[in-house]
Amino acid sequence: MTRVVVNLPQRARRGEIIEIRTLAGHAMETGFRRTQLGELVPRDIITRFTCSYNGVEVFSAELHPAVAANPLIAFSTVATESGTLEFRWTGDNGYVATHTASIAVD
Amino acid sequence: MTTRRQFLVLAGGTLAGTAAQAQLPANIEALRKAALAEAVRKVTGGAQVRAGRVKLDVPPLIDNGNTVPVSVEVESPMTAIDHVKAIHVFTEKNPQPYVMTARLGPRAGRARVSTRARIADTGKVLAIAQMSDGSFWSDSVNVVVTLSACLEDGLI
Repeated sequence: MTRVVVNLPQRARRGEIIEIRTLAGHAMETGFRRTQLGELVPRDIITRFTCSYNGVEVFSAELHPAVAANPLIAFSTVATESGTLEFRWTGDNGYVATHTASIAVD
Repeated sequence: MTTRRQFLVLAGGTLAGTAAQAQLPANIEALRKAALAEAVRKVTGGAQVRAGRVKLDVPPLIDNGNTVPVSVEVESPMTAIDHVKAIHVFTEKNPQPYVMTARLGPRAGRARVSTRARIADTGKVLAIAQMSDGSFWSDSVNVVVTLSACLEDGLI
């Protein structure tokens, strides 16, 4: 079960810079920790995050094990037109999470 | 009066002690420095990185290295001809220097990215901005970490 939270304004004026904050529920296992028996816990992280605005990619990020658990990514974009924003997280072991949000621009 | 035997034991003991103490940390530190330099070189392709235009915001004193708020802001008009293409964040003391690479463009409106990082030990955090004209700008902050991330493995 993947859980994500995305925070962005529902309405914006044309040309306004809006701030988007995203959070994905993920342990971000670094691959450097050991169990009590001394075995390495395999790496399991989110490696990539993308944000598309009406189908055009406006932001992306590559994450590494040094990003904290439940990765927060905050960025901004210009509200150009009404439509949908699609957020996508992909990672190790076939992890995929998506979220869509709509914005009304006037 | 020191006998030959006492002298040998003392000399051997101090030599072995200093060698063991000096070798491991020096080696690890050099390895980490080299890894950071290699990571930066991979990003810049050997181009010159100048200080300025980038504002890296990390608290100077960190209680818990497992979640450290990191935010980077770059001075840029963010137009189609002059914008920030990417922001790279590195740390000096982690097992791997990479933290995050954010790729943005003129549609970002403002070159500002925030996240939360894991920082293993007291040391340098480095942010590098890659501009659309091919130049690189950077800012670094020295942070003090009291509770380190991944301390239990003795990775530091």
